[in-house]
Amino acid sequence: MRPVAVIGIGKTAFGAFPDRDLRSLAVEASQKALRNSNIQPAEVEAFYLGNFAGPSFVGQSHLAPYIAGELGLAGIPCTRLEAACASSGAAFFHACSAVAAGIYDVVLVTGVEKMTSTDTPRVAEILAMAGDCGTEGRAGATFPALFAMIARRHMHQYGTTREQLAAVAVKNHGNGAKNPDAHMRKPISIEQALKGKPVADPLTVYDCSLVSDGAAAVVIAPADRGDVQVLGIAQTSDYVPLDHKDDITTFHAVRTAAEKAYKMAGVSPSDIQLAEVHDCFTIAEVIAIEDLGFVRKGEGGPYTQEGRTCIKGERPVNTSGGLKAKGHPVGATGVAQICDVVLQLRGEAGERQVAKHEIGLAQNLGGSGASAVVTILECK
Amino acid sequence: MKGTIYTETIVYAAPAAFTAEAPYQLAIVTLDDGTRVTGRIEGERVSIDTRVELVEHRNGVPWFRREGSSSRAEHQAAAEQRVTPQETIA
Repeated sequence: MRPVAVIGIGKTAFGAFPDRDLRSLAVEASQKALRNSNIQPAEVEAFYLGNFAGPSFVGQSHLAPYIAGELGLAGIPCTRLEAACASSGAAFFHACSAVAAGIYDVVLVTGVEKMTSTDTPRVAEILAMAGDCGTEGRAGATFPALFAMIARRHMHQYGTTREQLAAVAVKNHGNGAKNPDAHMRKPISIEQALKGKPVADPLTVYDCSLVSDGAAAVVIAPADRGDVQVLGIAQTSDYVPLDHKDDITTFHAVRTAAEKAYKMAGVSPSDIQLAEVHDCFTIAEVIAIEDLGFVRKGEGGPYTQEGRTCIKGERPVNTSGGLKAKGHPVGATGVAQICDVVLQLRGEAGERQVAKHEIGLAQNLGGSGASAVVTILECK
Repeated sequence: MKGTIYTETIVYAAPAAFTAEAPYQLAIVTLDDGTRVTGRIEGERVSIDTRVELVEHRNGVPWFRREGSSSRAEHQAAAEQRVTPQETIA
């Protein structure tokens, strides 16, 4: 298989944009990525779109050609992938597979979600459709509720504390404050995080990622055409319902995706200098750094509380602000993570630039762990 | 049918169809045969390792209560006294 490179990135700001529709967000990010990679629309051979619930949120289906037409890409294969919150991670994985296989040379991958035009209880209902609607949904489980149950069990098995979860939120809000494109640009205190309004016990509003609008895009091509190489990538899956898993304090799909990606890249967890991980909830970041092998099982909470994942720490995690502060337009998140890792690897992250930036990792999670994508990128 | 609480949460911000019921307790129960199910808790709050028993299935959802706790009628009376003002989570 041919090695693949990310040759251009583009993002909209993340936030609540009442005057922007889904397509205009996707078009903006895509055009930025095309300009950033110095690629003309006529050179793009395929378009992959990551989007979770456009039909439910905005009432429009057939989204890939709907967006591509506006970009001047009509005629090429246009495909939408849905893998809950890992939708655009999955789109990126399949686009990389096609370029690696030699099917195409230049591919545009875009992720988008438009969520804020829908009221909160309906958003909760649409997001809950990424769980098992027949069992979890019927019992009244929201996504915060599923991750609250994961948090409870992690606290029970490993002694993880509310303060350690709050430390994730405080760090990511601090990072988001330095990111001009972040949805939430206000640092928060540990006291604030601990006293947040309860959403699903033990999670408060400060443990939950944001409901956002936004889009992100990348252009990929054979490795000789760009400076940021996809060293390793894997997509894996697991059962959708939480009650089908032996141990809910770990995401089996993330562990197996990480193992495959590390093997493909020929690197180990200790080689990863920075990471964007899927902190849809604070507990998810704690579990991610454990599953990725950055720390031993059960040590994610203390490691975070000690400041070791801060921008100036030994292993910066979510320097963008993460889903927590940067925002979480569900379908855009996977590609946005790739953009944020590339920004760091190129040394273009400004105020939040980390010191060592040759090898970075992105981890994208779908639902309560039924889809996972892990990508390892290196700057040549 | 009896089992043990594997994990639980209290849902405050409910999806559209459940807002009138919030807050409510949701749990994953490890049944004595080893299988796990997602269900709701009736009556007093339970925590991890609490022993529970199945009350009934409602709309396909298993409802549990603490093992040996009050009957449903007694529980309903207690629940009526426990009603708290609804709040909307933004």
